[in-house]
This record gives sequence, C-alpha cells and structure tokens, in this order.
Amino acid sequence: MKPLGEVAGASLADRVQAAVEAAGRHAESVDREGRFPIEAIEALRDNRLMGFAVPAELGGEGAGLAEIAPICTALGGACASAAMVFAMHHICLANLIDCGMESPWHRDLMHRAATEQLLFASSTTEAGVGGDLRQSICAVEAEGERFNLAKAAPVISYGEETDAIFATARRDPEAPSSDQVLAVVLRDQYQLERVSTWDALGMRGTCSHGFRFKASAPVEQILPRPFADIAAESMIAASHILWSSVWCGIAADGMAKAQAFVINEAKKSPGVVPANAAKLAEAYARFRTIEAAIADALSRWAAMRAAPERAATVGFSLAMNALKVSVSTVALQVVEDCLMICGLQGYKNTGPYGLGRHLRDIHSARLMISNDRIMAGAGQMMLIQRSPAARRA
Amino acid sequence: MMDKIRELIDQHAGLPQGAAEIGDDTDLYRLGMKSFASVQLMLALEEAFNIEFPEEMLNRATFRSASAIARAVESLSPGSLAA
Repeated sequence: MKPLGEVAGASLADRVQAAVEAAGRHAESVDREGRFPIEAIEALRDNRLMGFAVPAELGGEGAGLAEIAPICTALGGACASAAMVFAMHHICLANLIDCGMESPWHRDLMHRAATEQLLFASSTTEAGVGGDLRQSICAVEAEGERFNLAKAAPVISYGEETDAIFATARRDPEAPSSDQVLAVVLRDQYQLERVSTWDALGMRGTCSHGFRFKASAPVEQILPRPFADIAAESMIAASHILWSSVWCGIAADGMAKAQAFVINEAKKSPGVVPANAAKLAEAYARFRTIEAAIADALSRWAAMRAAPERAATVGFSLAMNALKVSVSTVALQVVEDCLMICGLQGYKNTGPYGLGRHLRDIHSARLMISNDRIMAGAGQMMLIQRSPAARRA
Repeated sequence: MMDKIRELIDQHAGLPQGAAEIGDDTDLYRLGMKSFASVQLMLALEEAFNIEFPEEMLNRATFRSASAIARAVESLSPGSLAA
C-alpha cells in the first residue's frame, strides 16, 4: 500500500482511473473463475480509496455518497463484482460513520480503516427470516463485558476476504425479532464455516458464499443505535444509491459498446445513418433516466442529512425504494437494448462488443433484495404517504 | 387522550403485552412493533383524533412511544385534550 503522501499528489480522477484499469484488466478471469477481484481491491487500497469516506479527523477524506457513487459507477463499467465489493464496503463504512463517532472503539476502527485500508463486509440475511433485513433469529448473548453471537448466514459476500463483519442480531435472547442491533466483529474474533458455495449466473466475483458464523467480542463493539434506525436513516438509502450506481456503470459500459458498434457501422457506409442508430438513441433515453434517478436520490439524501432532525420520512424511504426498483429494471432493459444493437457481436463472449458478462451481472439487480419484497413494503407506506397527488384525491 | 392512545396501541401495535403494562416512554419498536403495525396505528390515530400527520412527522420517532404519540397528536389538534 502506498503511503497517503504518495497519492496526495495524484488527482482523484487519476486514483480512480488506476483502480478502474486494474478492475477491467482482471474482470474476465474474476468472472470466469468466480474469484474475488483482489487486483481491483489492491489497486483501491494502493490509491487509498477504501478509507475515502472516513472523516478527515480520523485519517480519511470525509467523502460523502455523492463522491463515492461516481466511483461505484466507474468501477461498475469495468468489473461489476469489484464495484459491488467497493459499494458494500462503503455501506458498512456509512453505518460506522453514522453512529460510531461518539464511541472510542468505533472511532479507532475508522482510523484503522483509513490507515490500514481495511475491507468491511456485512451479514444481514439469515436463514429462516425469508430475506427480511429487519428481522433476526440469532441474538447477542452478553456475558459481562463480552458477547457471543452465532448466525446461520445463507450469504456473506466476500466473507472470507473481509477484515471485519457487520452482523445484525436481536438485542438479547428475549428481544422480539425486529429489535435488532448491528455488531462489528474483527477477523480474529469470528469463525466462518462455509456451508454453500457461490457459483452464480453473474456477480461471480462477490464470492457470496453461505456460512455458519460464530463470533465472540467485547460488547463495546455493538453500534450504539437500534438497527431499525440505522437501516431507515443510513443503510437502506446508502445501499440503494450505491448499488444503483454500480448498475448504472454496467449499463454505461453496455452503452459504450453499443455506441462503438454503431459508429463502426457508420464508418463502413459513409453518408448513411446506420439502421440501429435510432435504437441507440432510444437506449440512451432510457439510460439517462438512470443517471437522473441517482442524481435525484443523492440530492434527497443530502437534504435529509442536512435537516436538523435527520429523520427519514415515509416520503424519503419511498423515494429510495423507487430508485432501487426502477434503476434495477431500467438498467437491465438498457443492456438488453445494447445486445439488440450489437446483435451476434454482442452475444459472443469474444470480441470487443461482448455483452454476456454485463447481462449476467445486471440480472442480479432485481434480485438483491427482491423488487417484489421492496414493493410489498412500499405498498404499506403508500397508505400513509402525504404526496400532493394523494392530498388532491 | 392518553387512554385513547393506549387503546389504539392495544388494537394496532401488535405487541405481546397490553398497553396498560407499557410505560409512557417505553420504546414500542423495542417491544416488537413492526413497520406495518405502525402504519395501522398511524391511520387509526388520524381517524380517532380527526387529524392528518404531515409528511415531516411520518417518521419512526413520531410513533416511538405513547408519550411521543401524545405530543404529536397534541401538536396537531390543541383542542383534543378533552377527547
């Protein structure tokens, strides 16, 4: 890892570009072998981007979501798995920054995240709760100053590569399933026993294996806010914004290939607008709605964070859900549009216009937190949303 | 008003214990109130007190406890103290 001084002279654009190039160089083998995108993560570490969001007072650069999102997009165009690892790491970091600033242990971890460029992962899903983020079966079992935690985790993305895991659990063995906390445990404080292997259609480099997770750590490592509040006020919004940014990157690279294809067609027959140029324009119109939706979500996020009470309203939550559902759907359409434009050249896994990996990766978007589940939750919220349209009715 | 609020918590919050056993400041979410239950409770409060919660009050904090609900209802309908 380079010392901070060495990257200090480089522009942010150069640092990001170095990581994007490393991600792109290895994307194919990461996908083919279903392996962790180690080169991309090493390049992100070398360029000190893993601690980008850590507040300056703790050794980072204090970047907000508005600065992290474009990096997710740039990486997403090169290697969606690497981009998703970067996004998920920064979602953990957002939770830490959001509620750990008053806690000495968490402050120290943030400092280490910046100086050592640590990698963070999360374990929120659990066998038996049907994919509901806001319910846990496992519970924190405190014994004096320490706690034990055992969780059946059907998925922990890059669980074997991470330096720490952020795990949800019930507050104590008597707590109801929805009364959760978020515990941060370090690599030497937990054991992972792999129970299933991630061999999936796409996003193959996220290595989202299933594990039996067992941890024992001091209670001070439990984040000092109910997980319900962390989810509503930072985690869900940060997830939907950064995931959407990754998907935007996949779609953007598809668009770049489709455009290159059409330009090549145009060169072959000067004076004639290629037949699929109009299709390209149509795809671009769709793609623009993705960029616009992310920009809108980022400005809502900034307004929510700037408000004195910083409380996530129903309207805010609905907007974040809408972002995830619409971007995951439209980005897939865009990549399909690109395939139709490039035709068999896009269908082939070899050659400059291949879109196979993009298509397989983008198919994960509607599934990682299923859109059906999100819409079911949003349906409840629609009952009480106070939009101008609802008032008029 | 507090009696009415407790009655509505009993009917809608989906908690294992009765509202009579719950302190004014007890966190209803920690007792197990889920998001859909809080939606039902909020709609029942609007109906019972003839009020409408504005967008900025539709957040978790507003419905966190019986006393938080009472403060919110009061702020929207000063005359409801008699209810």
